[in-house]
Amino acid sequence: MTGQSHRLPQGGLIDRAQTLSFTFDGRALSAHPGDTLASALLANGVHLTGRSFKYHRPRGLYSSGPEEPNALVTLGTSGRTEPNIPATMVEVYDGLVARSQNRWPSLKFDALAVNSLLKPFFPAGFYYKTFMWPRSFWCRLYEPMIRRAAGLGALANEPDPDRYKHAHAHCDILVVGAGPAGLMAAREAALAGARVLLADERPAPGGHLSGETIGIDGKPGAAWAGAVADELAAMENVRLLSRTTVYGRYDGMTFGAVERVGDHRAPDSSSPRQRSWTIHSDQLICAAGAIERPLVFAGNDRPGVMLAAAARSYVNRYGVLPGRNVVVFTNNDDAYRTANDLAGAGARVTLVDSRAEGEVAARALLPAGVEAHYGEYVAGTKGRAHLRGVTLASSGRGIACDLLCVSGGWNPTIHLLSHTGRKPVWDEATASFAMTDPGDGAFAAGGAAATFDLGLTLREGATAGRAAARACGCRLSGKADIPKAGQLPAYGVEALWRVPDAMSKAQGSFVDLQNDVTVADLELAEREGFGHAEHAKRYTTLGMATDQGKLGNVNALGILSELRDMPVAQAGTTTFRPLATPVALGAIAGQARGRDLRPVRHTAMYRWHESHDAVFTQAGLWLRPYYYPREGEDFAAAAAREVHAVRSSVGMVDISTLGKIELKGPDAGAFLDRLYINSISKMKLGRTRYGVMLREDGMVFDDGVVARLGEDHFFITVTTAHAAQVMQHMEFCHQVHWPELDVQFCSVSEAWAAIAVAGPNTRDALARCVTGLDLSNEAFPFLAAGEGRIDGAPVRIFRVSFSGELGYEIFAPAGSGAGVWRAIMEAGEPYGITSFGTEAMTVLRVEKGHVAGPELDGRTTAADLGLGRMMARKKDYIGRAMAEREGLVGAGRQQLIGLKPVGKDGALRMGAHLVNELGAVGPDVSQGRVTSAAYSPTCGHFIALGVLRDGRSRIGERLYAVSPLHEEQVEVTVTQGVFVDAQGERMRV
Amino acid sequence: MRITCPWCGPRPLSEFAYGGDAGKTRPGYPGKAGPDAWMDYVYLRENPAGRHKEYWHHSGGCRSWLVVTRDTTNHEIAKVALAGPQAKDAGS
Ligand SMILES: [Zn+2]
Repeated sequence: MTGQSHRLPQGGLIDRAQTLSFTFDGRALSAHPGDTLASALLANGVHLTGRSFKYHRPRGLYSSGPEEPNALVTLGTSGRTEPNIPATMVEVYDGLVARSQNRWPSLKFDALAVNSLLKPFFPAGFYYKTFMWPRSFWCRLYEPMIRRAAGLGALANEPDPDRYKHAHAHCDILVVGAGPAGLMAAREAALAGARVLLADERPAPGGHLSGETIGIDGKPGAAWAGAVADELAAMENVRLLSRTTVYGRYDGMTFGAVERVGDHRAPDSSSPRQRSWTIHSDQLICAAGAIERPLVFAGNDRPGVMLAAAARSYVNRYGVLPGRNVVVFTNNDDAYRTANDLAGAGARVTLVDSRAEGEVAARALLPAGVEAHYGEYVAGTKGRAHLRGVTLASSGRGIACDLLCVSGGWNPTIHLLSHTGRKPVWDEATASFAMTDPGDGAFAAGGAAATFDLGLTLREGATAGRAAARACGCRLSGKADIPKAGQLPAYGVEALWRVPDAMSKAQGSFVDLQNDVTVADLELAEREGFGHAEHAKRYTTLGMATDQGKLGNVNALGILSELRDMPVAQAGTTTFRPLATPVALGAIAGQARGRDLRPVRHTAMYRWHESHDAVFTQAGLWLRPYYYPREGEDFAAAAAREVHAVRSSVGMVDISTLGKIELKGPDAGAFLDRLYINSISKMKLGRTRYGVMLREDGMVFDDGVVARLGEDHFFITVTTAHAAQVMQHMEFCHQVHWPELDVQFCSVSEAWAAIAVAGPNTRDALARCVTGLDLSNEAFPFLAAGEGRIDGAPVRIFRVSFSGELGYEIFAPAGSGAGVWRAIMEAGEPYGITSFGTEAMTVLRVEKGHVAGPELDGRTTAADLGLGRMMARKKDYIGRAMAEREGLVGAGRQQLIGLKPVGKDGALRMGAHLVNELGAVGPDVSQGRVTSAAYSPTCGHFIALGVLRDGRSRIGERLYAVSPLHEEQVEVTVTQGVFVDAQGERMRV
Repeated sequence: MRITCPWCGPRPLSEFAYGGDAGKTRPGYPGKAGPDAWMDYVYLRENPAGRHKEYWHHSGGCRSWLVVTRDTTNHEIAKVALAGPQAKDAGS
């Protein structure tokens, strides 16, 4: 382990009593609690932290906050690997593993740095221009090459072992930022009685105060902030969320935030790693501070160039001296504090100020020994992996240095005020885009409001807190208690978008460090007609990296306005959209992953299926038995055995997933008349009827069984897939179209388990377990409905059949479902009763020519499916008018037919197209398609249902079923579509 | 986004299902409405940037169909009413 060569002997908010060890690129280094990865690297003398995105130029730590463009690292190992994390936001813990990115084979020697020499050939827009042709080269050659050369960290290929949570919070006032403005706002609002949520992205409150020497009420800034935060934490109406980034504002004062619950300690699965918050508030106080602006000149990206306030925060907050020979280059007074603090820590400091000497009030603040140059610029830098010196523009003089601190002014952090579409306006006094009118329910205070004086910031925070409290109905008393702040130099910023052309080369002057966008790129964009801010962004990729242009955007707008010869106020800004900072996908997914992605629904008989070796299939959220393989059986053999049992003796299937709706009321029949195409109100008591519903556009919506259980009492089943939609549709029809109908209905899908029993021996089998109902054909004929008991449970029994065999559907209270299933199993034992799954069910219904989901695909009318005669003539029903329109009736419609292979051994496939002859190509070649296909053990060959143009008049014709995707073509014969018992006798016996 | 259901009070968006334009009234059948009226009712939809009257179903709550007046540019909700009585008043 190497020593901390750049750690100052004292100072900073770190715990020097403890030493932590961590690794960077495999090298063991040490740190103290309170360090970020960035401060720890600097303490160890490490500046070089990565290679740039496009040109692979060496890059170093540039900031001390979330805006960090260069020092993006990959943390963790195996499944916990996480790329693109700013080192400035990582708290060091014992055992932390961090790696640099975007370098190959190593950080010091990067083979792809040759891109840097090719820079003139990699201008903006070059992806669009260079790699257009030939088309096939794009995915084979260009894209993989670019991806290897450019790009940031790589994702882990293993599942993430950490846990993530979602949570909701409700408050009257959300305060974002626990710096001086945010703390004052939260305190005043809380004292007025408002429910306050104060979120801050750092582990400790204070914001910029923690990196400054200025005090409040005679205390160091961080100590004052800690005391206010303690006071807030003790109040019942305040919730403090530290390590929490509010990344987006959405409509209706809803906010997204991520709390980094466990990122500051070694991975541990006992608590979530991150918590994703949805915050519902009434008012917003944005006290998110400001971000310092870089200065633009040739070589401004070299490791050793750093934002001025970041440099002094490393001294003041972390006790780290980031350079010993320092040049400070500024256009404002704020950076004088950097000159002061670094000189105080023992560095030799030279100051370069772009302003004329007479305009600078702060010059009196410079400590003795600081050499100052006024009306001067830094025009270039020297060094390779680290800065060795700078060149001044007018004098041409070189100054040796190992740290260059830059300050181009400050940009208010206004994302949360802009996400609703509100545009910031140019503020000449502070040379920044500010949100002067944050809109209803929103307030800005401090740096976020372009206020750069500490006393004013404290007052503004208090005022915003009181105004927000009043807006949500709190009564204010007394006056705000404003603490006394230390004096700061006047800001006095003078906009400097780039060091003038003649002095600095556009080529190596970086505007967006993360995406390697230079002044030359912006010039090219402007020359080629893409000078508007929104165009230049897309043309150059400016502001499109993970930092979303937090550093570079305003400089770019200024440069573009100069190039276009218009005031920056008119150049406008690009659009702010959430997310303001990157959020891990794990936090967005929360608990909803793997088996918790969505709920799973089990029927009442699930355990029985499971213990009888059922293979399950998913039907929506349901798990349904697909087939029940016996020893040595494959899928086809099991399905064939199950089908055979139904055709020859008796089988049973769990149909509990059907939707079930119960209706009561004098108008129940009239209501159903308007929903189904056939007449329902004239049904006799104790009878069932097959019913079809249309959508209002005339296409078939759903089908099922309607049973009349009483004069005013109906029970209907709807398909598993449409259960929820049909219920919603019925509620719409009743509440919106026909509220005058006296009917009540309710979904009872979960209340009833359902079993279909079918096969020639069904009646004999059921007679052994059903009591209270005479099942004889005379007493309980085809389509009868009745009630009885099985295994002591009351059951509803309908004599209906989808297989064409003698069949019954039995509905039992869900709690009795498993017992009733077992009782029927036992009763059927002498007949070899066989449970069957959804595959056998499909085979049975295709053999009988029954339509199901694949035929009810939203493109078929009742007439297309051969159900036209069911459509009642003397009533209104949903879909009638549109079903009768031209185009849905008459010749040319694709109609339901059956298909069988000519050669008997051909295999048919769902989705295959029906064509008259092979080889023809064109839009009209397809005559229809196969909708359902199955191997029929009963027929001994494949059978299918399909839709065919004018199909009913083409029975007996020969066609081809082709599936070019699978290179299949099978000659088929068109049939009626009923392959078993065409006369329908078996189900009536 | 939250919708204040007349029965259930302010509830989160996740409890509701969208039901489309509420500005149309179903033509009766059989009636005098011709194909044009049906075409208009089934297919033609306004797409305003601004206030829009639309159906929402409180599917995860009381199951009421509501008519919500929403600004499509910022999701601000000006009014929520039960769909039933309004449909009746409109004489459909
Ligand atoms: Zn409700």
